Amino acid sequence: MIRVLYFASLRERLACSDETLEAVPATVTDLRAQLAGRGGIWHEVFADGQRVLAAVNQEMAGAGQALQDGDEVGFFPPVTGG
Amino acid sequence: MNVEIRVQDTPLDAVAEIAPVYAGQASIGGVVSFIGLMRDMNQGDAVSTMKLEHYPGMTEKALAAIVDEAASRWDLAGVRLVHRVGEIRPQDPIVLVCVASAHRGEAFRACEFIIDYLKTRAPFWKREQTAEGKTRWVDSRGSDEAAAAAWEDSK
Repeated sequence: MIRVLYFASLRERLACSDETLEAVPATVTDLRAQLAGRGGIWHEVFADGQRVLAAVNQEMAGAGQALQDGDEVGFFPPVTGG
Repeated sequence: MNVEIRVQDTPLDAVAEIAPVYAGQASIGGVVSFIGLMRDMNQGDAVSTMKLEHYPGMTEKALAAIVDEAASRWDLAGVRLVHRVGEIRPQDPIVLVCVASAHRGEAFRACEFIIDYLKTRAPFWKREQTAEGKTRWVDSRGSDEAAAAAWEDSK
């Protein structure tokens, strides 16, 4: 089981702030592909080469990072603080 | 090193945050502060309010990692990093970066480093409301990426 969180413009576009997935994808790349496979706006966000950053357990993650049971994955657009 | 990092949804009194960074430490010879303010214009439009969102938990970790990285590069005596979330208006401080060191050079460089890294690595997002009532997410800037990347090259 993993928890997936969506932030800022991503949360609004997907109309989803967080969800729990029972099956654990092997990597962040696999998770992105799985989400894109939902079609529609999910495909637009995750498959069309848009810049979507990922964090695993609240640390920036590369695409290929492995996932484990209990992980928290956050997806968000490039940051704009400061 | 005396470090304080806060994310707050209440007004940021940037000037009041500075003295505690050096008070009582006579070895400190210089304090450099950066105060980021909300502007009333963006991309040619008048902006009336802005809402800052963040990723609670990750934000604090990311800010701490940035301060740790600065402390590994320069000899620092104190760092205070305070960032607003929630609703703000033009002229409101968004962020304060305050760095104290024995000598000014270290403090200047570390202060700029921290704000440059924060701009590209800390999970905050701005949504602005224009004077005409439209709301929009603020886009990230390539110039911010370039500023952060320059520090990577100088490592």
